[in-house]
Amino acid sequence: MTRYIIKRTIIVFLTIILISTITFFLMNTVPGGPFLSEKSPSKAVLAMLEEKYGLDKPLLVQYKNYMVALAHGDLGVSLKKKGQPIVAIIVDKFPVSARLGSVAVAIAVIFGIPIGCIAALNRGKWLDNLLMFIATVGIAVPGFVVATSLMIIFGVKLGLLPTFGLNSPLHYILPAFTLAFYPMSYMARLMRSSMLEVLSLDYIRTAKAKGVSQFKMIFKHALRNSLIPVITYLGPLMAYVLTGSFVVEKIFTIPGLGGEFINSITNRDYPMIMGTTIFLATILIFMNFFVDLLYKVVDPRVTLDKE
Amino acid sequence: MTKKILVLMLALMMVFSLGACGGGGGAAATPTVLSVNIGPEPDSIDPANNESVDGASLLVHGFEGLMKLDSAGVPVPGMASAYKVSDDLLTYTFTLRDGIKWNDGQPITAGQFIYSWQRAVSPDTAAPYGYMFDVVKGYEAAAGGDLTALAAKAIDDKTIEVTLNAPTPYFLELCAFPTYSPVREDVVKDNPAWATDPATYISNGPYKLVTWEHNSYMLYEKNQYYYDLKSLVPDQIKFVLMEDDVAILSAFQNGEISFADTMPNDEIDAYKNKPEFNKAGQLGTYFICFQTQKAPFDNADVRKALSLVIDRNFICEQIGKAGQIPAAAFVPIGLTDIDPAQQFRTVGGDYYSVDPADYEANVKEAQALLAKAGYPGGKGFPKFEYILNESTGHLQIAEALQSMWKEKLGIEATIAQQEWSVFLNTRQNGEYQVARHGWLGDYNDPISFIDMWRTGGGNNDAKWSNPEYDKLVADIKATGDKTVRYTKMHTAESILMDEMPIAPIYYYVDIFLKDPTMTGFYSSPLGYKYFMFAAVPAK
Repeated sequence: MTRYIIKRTIIVFLTIILISTITFFLMNTVPGGPFLSEKSPSKAVLAMLEEKYGLDKPLLVQYKNYMVALAHGDLGVSLKKKGQPIVAIIVDKFPVSARLGSVAVAIAVIFGIPIGCIAALNRGKWLDNLLMFIATVGIAVPGFVVATSLMIIFGVKLGLLPTFGLNSPLHYILPAFTLAFYPMSYMARLMRSSMLEVLSLDYIRTAKAKGVSQFKMIFKHALRNSLIPVITYLGPLMAYVLTGSFVVEKIFTIPGLGGEFINSITNRDYPMIMGTTIFLATILIFMNFFVDLLYKVVDPRVTLDKE
Repeated sequence: MTKKILVLMLALMMVFSLGACGGGGGAAATPTVLSVNIGPEPDSIDPANNESVDGASLLVHGFEGLMKLDSAGVPVPGMASAYKVSDDLLTYTFTLRDGIKWNDGQPITAGQFIYSWQRAVSPDTAAPYGYMFDVVKGYEAAAGGDLTALAAKAIDDKTIEVTLNAPTPYFLELCAFPTYSPVREDVVKDNPAWATDPATYISNGPYKLVTWEHNSYMLYEKNQYYYDLKSLVPDQIKFVLMEDDVAILSAFQNGEISFADTMPNDEIDAYKNKPEFNKAGQLGTYFICFQTQKAPFDNADVRKALSLVIDRNFICEQIGKAGQIPAAAFVPIGLTDIDPAQQFRTVGGDYYSVDPADYEANVKEAQALLAKAGYPGGKGFPKFEYILNESTGHLQIAEALQSMWKEKLGIEATIAQQEWSVFLNTRQNGEYQVARHGWLGDYNDPISFIDMWRTGGGNNDAKWSNPEYDKLVADIKATGDKTVRYTKMHTAESILMDEMPIAPIYYYVDIFLKDPTMTGFYSSPLGYKYFMFAAVPAK
């Protein structure tokens, strides 16, 4: 186990270096620049700006400087939000996205898994059809439609819930449900098919033959094994949801990290693109790592340290 | 496992019940708070670094220059109590008001203005609007790093003397422009993040920033040291930072905000006759730009033909739908002429007819021009590309243009959308054939539009060049004689419209939603919104 963790940690670092390198060169090949605007600054001003931020140097030198700074944990300052360190922006924005994301993940798990189970146990009946219909809708309808519909129904027409900001727990409901809708539906479908597969296995039939009660059979024997695909999905899901969604943040005016991620690209805010990409990549990698460890907990037959 | 699920269910119920508590009670409303939306999170509210209209609206609440704009858009004394202009119109002497203070109680001095102006011009600051000082003598040298060359001096703590390159009729207006606001050296120096934190955001305007939840809201309250404190109306102004226009509209409908600076285009029809709907002029023109160095757009007849077949009324009424005004010239409405009671546009008149009744005649003329250029009925005209930045509105206009050109002139255009940054790059480098463009003036003087098209100008994306035009621009910028200035500006515009490196489509208007019961609000011709005297009666 220790060896496995060490090995994985090394791979994590190599992956991050690789991602940083690819991102760095990719973003520099895209046309445009951070200081372009409708009213273009004069050539002299532009040259001063580029010199100030080291963008006048050859790309390889810029790359070297960036990687050295990165090794020291310095992500630089934003070119668009003049003077703000990237680390400070992430420290400021990530908790907001993470709080909202956690609520969304909780909603997705709490509803998604039972819906999947119920549908599986009622296979082919009207309840199954109804639940799977809802789940299909949840997968097919894009987030901005869910967001605006919820906002118009609960915020404007019924006037029950606030439509922007995250000032009170009540504010979390609409954005969290929007964020949770897709993963919840996806999880329900995943859970249903996985549960059906497990229910057809020999050991369940044996349990049935032995007269184990339906309740015990499902919760003690079937559920655990059916959870594996859901857990696989949970890793990347958590990484994406915790780091914020551009659409949801924009629609509900939430000061999260997702918006920063997308805007940095539009703005060609190079240090911000690097910072948010590396951060998202790190979280994603660690979530996958965490999920791998979780397999072991759920299913003791899984061995992590294969030679 | 069942236990775990139970625990999670309970946790969820707690979240909901907490939520229910949160919505109920509200604190007794002692201070009056005006909640408005004028835009999303601003890039910068440092007076030197701001370059957006919404940022400027925040700055006119937080800061004040020597002059300020009144509700009619006329510059009136702000931090200065009086000013004198020399007979040659080149030297302005300002006297500061007595006892004016920063919002931390420290006195405001003439030297602080000089420091701020030098800072805004300094290449180290690289201020986007640094060029707004180019009317001041010594600007070129100062922008190159010799800051003391800028001919703005503090004679004593209360007197500022500024010498200009040439008579500048709009200089007082510039003194009200946010980039001309004072900042304090001990606040801004060595703290590049000073303008991101209310604790270090020391300002001198009517309101002070007290809370800034980034990407959420900014709360301003009355500056207790402001010289005209008693005239200010709302105790607090809450600028809600929102970007999505559907969300903004929802918040407005809900009563969560009393003012919305933008709204979804497809809602305009439903709102345009309601009392909430407001339309104000804006110093700007939406136009298309031809790359005049590339064939066939190097031929003025081709450019004029393409311009004349544009059904501007269709674009304004069916696509823009926000009361945009069909443009028959480049300099927009809203700018005044030599007699401030008259508009430059009225005096200059139209260069072609935008009357719907004349459209067919325009089309005939366009067809004749195209034939004259060697492409009768569009035969032999190469297929070309029209580029625009990604946006539904711009795309709809592009498609309309495409079909007008095809239908009336028999020429083919393809449409290419580019991401904003890529688009700017392409257009500025002249690597296009025809492109969308739009321009908003920086001050109430037509030179802001005329200057753009001189040879080699940084914003001359048409890459157009006309020596006669260049000479006129140089003359206009050198003279103090108003009659000469305005006459030459009209002449310059007629050359521009005769050569048509650009085809104007419409004049911008500023639409916003405002609680009909709101009083005391005004906006400037540049689109800045003023809430310091605004009130909404309690409902």
